[in-house]
Amino acid sequence: MNRWKSPRLRQDMIAAYILVLPMVLFILVFTIGPVIYAFLLSFQNFNMLAPQRSTFIGLKNYTDLFKDPVFKKALMNTFTYAGIVVPVQTCIALVLAVVANQNIRGKTFYRVAYYLPAVTSAVAVAAMFMFLFNTRGLVNRFFSIFGFQSVSWFANPKYALPLAMIMAIWSTVGTLMLIFLAGMQDIPESVYEAADVDGANKIVQFFSITVPLLREKTMFVVLIGFIGTLQMFDQAYVISQGTGGPINATMTVVLFLYLKAFGENRMGYGSAAAFVLFIIIFALTVVQKLVFERKAES
Amino acid sequence: MAASKTKLETKSSIKLKPGKKTHTGEGFKPIKILFYTLTIGYACIALFPFLWSFYTSLRPTAEVWNMDFSITKLTLDAYINMATKFPIFRWYFNSILVAVLVTIGNVLINSMAGYALARIDFPGRDFLFYLVLAIMMIPGQITMIPTYMLLSKLGWVNTYVGLTIPFVFSCFNTFMMRQFFVNLPAAIEEAAEIDGLGRLQIFLKVAFPLAKAPISTLIILSFMGSWNNFLFPNLLTTQRGMYTLPVGLASMNNQYYSFPNQSMAGAMYLSIPMIIVFLIFQNFFITGIANSGGKE
Repeated sequence: MNRWKSPRLRQDMIAAYILVLPMVLFILVFTIGPVIYAFLLSFQNFNMLAPQRSTFIGLKNYTDLFKDPVFKKALMNTFTYAGIVVPVQTCIALVLAVVANQNIRGKTFYRVAYYLPAVTSAVAVAAMFMFLFNTRGLVNRFFSIFGFQSVSWFANPKYALPLAMIMAIWSTVGTLMLIFLAGMQDIPESVYEAADVDGANKIVQFFSITVPLLREKTMFVVLIGFIGTLQMFDQAYVISQGTGGPINATMTVVLFLYLKAFGENRMGYGSAAAFVLFIIIFALTVVQKLVFERKAES
Repeated sequence: MAASKTKLETKSSIKLKPGKKTHTGEGFKPIKILFYTLTIGYACIALFPFLWSFYTSLRPTAEVWNMDFSITKLTLDAYINMATKFPIFRWYFNSILVAVLVTIGNVLINSMAGYALARIDFPGRDFLFYLVLAIMMIPGQITMIPTYMLLSKLGWVNTYVGLTIPFVFSCFNTFMMRQFFVNLPAAIEEAAEIDGLGRLQIFLKVAFPLAKAPISTLIILSFMGSWNNFLFPNLLTTQRGMYTLPVGLASMNNQYYSFPNQSMAGAMYLSIPMIIVFLIFQNFFITGIANSGGKE
């Protein structure tokens, strides 16, 4: 304890508190405060228009949620969306990273091209894809060559969610590819040279060297993939013009809580939905950490 | 350094190769073809929607659904139309102002906190560091409802303060800055200390200027995040004059459904500035994203 008597250390300590002060204030006002308040809200039937009439209703918001067919649909959609988007985008990104890591001409061009969708706003992407996948759009024209019937993807309950998936994969692959590429720089060239000497071809090398050595990066990419897809909002909002339609086909958990809280002013119900989402994401992160640590041990 | 090293390596490997048979043997050619098909194929997939949208935005309304590639009738009508019907330039101003303020805030607050967490031993440091790590796991939607209620109580809806303040800090960025400062050699600070500089001066005059690499990553991520941010600005702006570009574009998509050339012009208004920034700073972007992904 005496160490704070030294003027130098005391001066350091004061400097440290000055430096972290903005962060601490921000965290208190915009993170910890809101989290606690949201938690309390989730046990109330809080209406933004009549806050004085709010009452504690215990777990009713949570039990109502799981009776709510729209919320069930939102959960289903979100899981389907995440369950398809994450594996597909991870595989494409990995393959592209391998390819972009080769000594081919125009390396920079390919990296720039692959990453371009990632710098584009989801709103612009949605506008572009809604045009491409319109009934009279280019994609339908292309498929009609093979005898498929033209459908308006975003207006059709069967195709609206797949369209959102295509958009998400298209926009994310570039970022994930760059993360994989960074991981590949750490694999020593000598490993591949040794495999060459052993006569292993490129495909075998990919599965027996690249994939296992990139396990840590893959875990990271899968985790951020799940966290991102479970929070899907922008694409669903733009495709459905903020309704989650057609017939709730693009209703996601975040869009659901957004509509409940800000459309119907049911802040408590919306907060309960946010906590369900948080628990799902938290559980996934923990499971991922456990699986990864067990694998690392063995 | 790294680039010149790989160049040397490839050179030497080229010199070695003619001596032995191609090291991949029989499978060499089909693999090369597969690689090129994949690279070129995916480049087309990544670029085509942009090119087609850009082309569409330049076509007259009557021709938008025609599948030909005439370039004689190209026109800027859709852009002019959009700019006269909607306050596009006001939205540009809003988006740029908000993105710049958010970026400045992030650079200052995150590098200050990152430095303190990395280099100064003070009571509560470990607690704060674990707090930052824990908060990274909380999805933004949890805090969204109370934050909105707070901001509307403060009268910050439809103001630049409301669009900026909730985004000037990010645990992820603080963590990134801390990781950089942790690896800074102690000798640099010791020299400054001997010169009689205090902690805050060491941070400002020595450590901060050395952090160009992580700060450029931080600038790119913050600016891009703010420019493309949709959910919160959509919530916090109800007056057309306060919309940011994504909010404005989303609001007009509903109305301009039957004029694809205009909605594509809108998409171009929104994406072209970011694409230009990306093309100019693509090296920073690519190394930045790669690094940010590695620090977990």
